Amino acid sequence: MPIKASDDDPEKAQRFRDAALPYLDDAYTLARYLLRNATDAEDAVQECYLRAFRHFGSYRGPAMKPWLFAILRNVCRAEYARRATAPTSAIEDVAESAEQTPLWHEAEETPEAQLVRRWDSDTIRRLVAALAEPFRETFVLREIQNLSYREIAKVAEVPVGTVMSRLARARAMLRSAWLAEEEQRK
Amino acid sequence: MTCDEAEILLHALIDGELDAGHAREVESHIAGCPRCAAALRDYREMSKAIAEAGAGYTAPAALRQRIEAALPQPRPAPNRRAVLRGFAMGSAVSALAATGLVAIVLRNDDVERIQSEVVSAHLRSLQAGHLTDVISTDQHTVKPWFNGKLDVSPPVIDLTAQGFTLIGGRLDYIDARAIGAVVYRRRQHVINLFVSQTSSTERRPAKIDTIQGFNIRHWSERGLNYWAVSDLAKDELADFGERFENAIRAAG
Repeated sequence: MPIKASDDDPEKAQRFRDAALPYLDDAYTLARYLLRNATDAEDAVQECYLRAFRHFGSYRGPAMKPWLFAILRNVCRAEYARRATAPTSAIEDVAESAEQTPLWHEAEETPEAQLVRRWDSDTIRRLVAALAEPFRETFVLREIQNLSYREIAKVAEVPVGTVMSRLARARAMLRSAWLAEEEQRK
Repeated sequence: MTCDEAEILLHALIDGELDAGHAREVESHIAGCPRCAAALRDYREMSKAIAEAGAGYTAPAALRQRIEAALPQPRPAPNRRAVLRGFAMGSAVSALAATGLVAIVLRNDDVERIQSEVVSAHLRSLQAGHLTDVISTDQHTVKPWFNGKLDVSPPVIDLTAQGFTLIGGRLDYIDARAIGAVVYRRRQHVINLFVSQTSSTERRPAKIDTIQGFNIRHWSERGLNYWAVSDLAKDELADFGERFENAIRAAG
């Protein structure tokens, strides 16, 4: 049963609270970006914290945030799998081929094209949410969660080189979307 | 350095992940390449804009409460068996009196008191490592298990097809009386459905209340009182209750 935290040691629970609960907003942010649905994100974060608590006894590092994120990511993966088999819910557009197929077209920008400085957080969220899954994950871990490349590699279970290429792709895609958006605003 | 190489490495430059030697190489490429220079400038603008706008989310308070509630409490809560003994000996009442809580209990009317007991029982079921006494997804296993243990054995309805998985049954204690709890699950959420006998056979339509962040749907029908309690959202709990009621009526 995933729902209950079966370990009854209150002292351990207090240590866990102190160590892990400060990252609740960060965990929720990551889940929102990975699952793109508020209810599913809440469920995933709750499950993540209960799993983390069960494994807290054997926790020796790394830093708490990437450790929680690695657990959360696995929970979200399970949710993808559930969505893929649930006929009623929308199937996530996670194409395994996403890594090989170019998903964006280079905007026909001139080198002088300037990005608008001020963007409201809704626009940013929308543009980031539109990125394909592995790129979105890497981008959010870097730009919003401020993880190092090494930490991202651990969370996403890929080599650092893959983190670098995904991040390059993610930023290039976002830049194109960004410039296109700007074009529309003119 | 080619543009292809620079396209990857300039990100490491932005993120401060590049060693000094490589950083110099990338910088000297950018100095002579307007295209890469524009990209670098845009990426820096983007990072800055994101940092300034704040693209994170704030976790809902209810989520924090649910996680808190699922963790062992700082002071160990009495386990279910201890509570059971307490009721049997009447010592729970004196314990309440001793801590001055009896005033609060007396001010509450019966409905509220029982609802808060229902929530406590729900919490205990999640915490004490004792969600189910009989574990089965088969209603024909769960239903007979209650026989002989209670004055009235609760109806056990299979709602798996409707998205509520039956996971078992349990004996619990509400209002100092043994009561049957039928346990369902939806995604990671547990629903405890408590069922007790009532002297009135009058049908009471469902009412949903929220106590300590948990939703309770209470209704009465054919001499039985029902409380469905869960951390599910109200609409989903209402959906559960309606499907349950419909299934009972369909079964005659």
